[in-house]
Amino acid sequence: MLDKELRSMIGKVKDGRMDRRAFIKRMAAVGLTVPLANQILALGGVAMAEGASTYKPTKRGGGGALKLLWWQGPTLLNPHFATGTKDQDGSRLFYEPLACWDPEGNMKLVLAAEIPSIQNGLLAADGKSVTWKLKPGVKWHDGKPFSADDLVFTWQYAKDPATAAVTIGVYRDITVEKIDDLTVKITFPQPTPFWADAFVGAGAGQILPKHLFADFIGSKSREAPTNLAPVGTGPYRFVEFKPGDLIRGVINPDYHMANRPYFDSLEMKGGGDAVSAARAVIQTGEYDFGWNIQVEDDVLLRLEKGGKGKTVYAVGGDTEFIALNFTDPNVEVDGERSSMKTKHPLFSDPAVRKALSLLVDRESVKKAIYGRAGRTTANFLNGPEKFVSKNTTWEFNIEKAAKMLEDAGWKPGADGIREKDGKKLKIVYQTAINGPRQKTQAIVKQACQKAGIDVELKSVVASVFFSSDVANPDTYPKFYADIEMFQIPLSQPDPSQHMRRYLSTAAATKENKWQGTNFPRWVNKDYDAAINAADTEMDPVKRAALYIKANDLMWQDTVFIPVMHRLKVEAAANNLRPVISGWANETDNLFDWYREE
Amino acid sequence: MSQYVLRRLLIAIPSLLGISAVLFFVLALAPGDPFSELATNPNVPPEVQAALRAKFGLDDPIHLRYLHWLNAMLHGDWGFSFVSRMDVDTLIFQRLPTTLYVIGSAQILALLIAIPVGVYAATKPYSLFDQIANTLAFVGFSLPTFFTGILFILIFSVTLDWLPFVYTTDIKGRGIHWLLETIRQAIMPVAVLGLFQAASMTRFVRSAMLDVIRLDYVTTARAKGIGQRRVIIKHVMRNAMIPVVTLIALQIPAVFGGAIVTEQIFRIPGIGSLLISSILSNDTPVVMAVTFVFACLVVLFNLIADVLYGWLDPRISLR
Repeated sequence: MLDKELRSMIGKVKDGRMDRRAFIKRMAAVGLTVPLANQILALGGVAMAEGASTYKPTKRGGGGALKLLWWQGPTLLNPHFATGTKDQDGSRLFYEPLACWDPEGNMKLVLAAEIPSIQNGLLAADGKSVTWKLKPGVKWHDGKPFSADDLVFTWQYAKDPATAAVTIGVYRDITVEKIDDLTVKITFPQPTPFWADAFVGAGAGQILPKHLFADFIGSKSREAPTNLAPVGTGPYRFVEFKPGDLIRGVINPDYHMANRPYFDSLEMKGGGDAVSAARAVIQTGEYDFGWNIQVEDDVLLRLEKGGKGKTVYAVGGDTEFIALNFTDPNVEVDGERSSMKTKHPLFSDPAVRKALSLLVDRESVKKAIYGRAGRTTANFLNGPEKFVSKNTTWEFNIEKAAKMLEDAGWKPGADGIREKDGKKLKIVYQTAINGPRQKTQAIVKQACQKAGIDVELKSVVASVFFSSDVANPDTYPKFYADIEMFQIPLSQPDPSQHMRRYLSTAAATKENKWQGTNFPRWVNKDYDAAINAADTEMDPVKRAALYIKANDLMWQDTVFIPVMHRLKVEAAANNLRPVISGWANETDNLFDWYREE
Repeated sequence: MSQYVLRRLLIAIPSLLGISAVLFFVLALAPGDPFSELATNPNVPPEVQAALRAKFGLDDPIHLRYLHWLNAMLHGDWGFSFVSRMDVDTLIFQRLPTTLYVIGSAQILALLIAIPVGVYAATKPYSLFDQIANTLAFVGFSLPTFFTGILFILIFSVTLDWLPFVYTTDIKGRGIHWLLETIRQAIMPVAVLGLFQAASMTRFVRSAMLDVIRLDYVTTARAKGIGQRRVIIKHVMRNAMIPVVTLIALQIPAVFGGAIVTEQIFRIPGIGSLLISSILSNDTPVVMAVTFVFACLVVLFNLIADVLYGWLDPRISLR
């Protein structure tokens, strides 16, 4: 169908000139499924909607103290040096980006005056540049005016390799130029459909004051006194910082958003563990908010009974998955295991991969482990909503798996383990050490055994599993096992970075010191084509369709077996109204937090 | 005497060098990487991670890194934290006061309980008081602090709601209110640690006293008609204290080193929690500095204990 025709039909539905059912019927007639048609409809609206605010207070301040409990306390307050989200969270109390993400994954303006779009002319139609208009009259906490110079400086600071900023990946390929004091233009080397990465969100977007950091760029970056005493534009001013222990701030009376912030002061306490943090918020009410409460649901339900707080969930796109190795981890070629030159002896048979995915009992995993913090899913890509495929299904069925293996010629041997051509169905299943993961391993192993697959469980300390240590054989990129389970957070409401990891050209090999991101070493030309096309596709409808196609290809090939779509879990006092987005850091929307009297 | 101290100090140098080498190589061999959390962040390309490793010298050969560290340490540079990107000594001195206050108070509490109870129990062995003290001491050191800590929290914070269980270094208010709050929030951790220490120390004091109390010179002193009080304090205790002094001297470095478990449970921002969080995040310079300083303190207090022997018992000559 012609794109123009589709557009005009979407327009008709929007204006009420065509009824929704008729549209879906027309779509079905050309071979599109009903859910896909519905999705296309949803996508036809404004590409990047502005998030709505639920903020109620009508005056600034008066809310008393806000006590936050981060069981891993921030250890530094320069967002461009953050080694983890905790540091971004801490820095974000004081520094601000141009815009952030609300719970629905929509953009919310912070230091920017309007959302760039092709309609208002700020976004180039070819996707090669974006212009940001800054809010006028914003001041740094020390009274100096905030201007376009600060953005240009932040870009220069982060892209300088000598600075050793962790955000260099976002800034090194772009060009930022000042148009006037309140306008900057970002130029991309190629069409960039997701243009809201630099200067947006808490992860990489926090803007530094030029007048305080100018002398500390490059190799002198570590000497900057402001690394530990931030001067930002945010709702709270910095008072005190003790690494890993405490951050204190007080209200910024000159804050640039009306009636905000609500609290007069804030405190972020670090240390301890998740369970006792849940207790301090939910049961005793010593704290107002507890971060990242990864605690078994049973425990949380018990604490919530008659407690002073409750758990709060935010839906993002984090997927706990089991990845299948497409290369052979047990054969060494040119001094390299899991080499691209090999094929996995068992998984080269698609029936084995399919059977394996039938043996993951997601419902039990949810019931026994994740509870309210998980959703079962068949998809690898679980958000934002417009990118989620509705074409996939999952099932837990041991008999069906057994029959599938039987039909493919895998017959049970004397020991009950299936084999074919002398190859036994024995696999090694590795993951990082973490309570829920070990329990999931046990559930999967049990089902596999019933179907005649022997599973050996292996668990690796998280600091090793996720490390980039080239000398260590147990890291996830080396993948010296048959299957492995973990999650890679989707840190922005766009799948491009996330999906680009699995391009055939990005395979993790000895040659690139296992820095390649495609650790399953899966090769699929259609996938590569879809991702490459999506990377430069400016039409949001077509782009979403490409990512949905990419996700479906992964599903068809069983590259990943999605175990759980995980939600963010936080604890909050009953009267606190936190705004938590699954697409942003917990403190990204802090200016909208308040307490219900 | 001064010659003895000097000789001991000289001997300490090679042993400290040895300790530092072992610590450094063990830490370097331990798997993991301070930038591991970056690995799952898709915003951070792997080559950035590799560049960071190179910048912080993590890819250099181990022996070079050790010499580098040793040289810096000799110049008073304790290193630079990967995770906090600040000097390690600042980090440590920021946390030292809290540890000294909490762990120091716990040690004092332990001594205040252990010495009188131990001495009194030894003067009346197998009496009812001795039996009770012994039983309690046995129970006390059999219960680990992570258990008693959580038990205390459940009783005094959750059920009774008397005491806070999150230690905060930032208490609002001034003067008497500040002082009371500081004491109030330290009650639980000090009690947990102090009682645990007191339990083992009581048994130690009691047995040391029993060893001495049966000696002939004590009987002689009593025969001379010296009162019980003076015999115990002047004649028995002074001699019985030699092993106890060793024990206490070796505990003092622990006052600086913090208590890992208790600090973690009560969120006390001390050296112990710094150590454990640094270990978990593979922040080697901090781990190295904390453990090495701890080693130095152990060596130093060993020497002090030896010198104290000479003062407590003039028969021991230090040559």
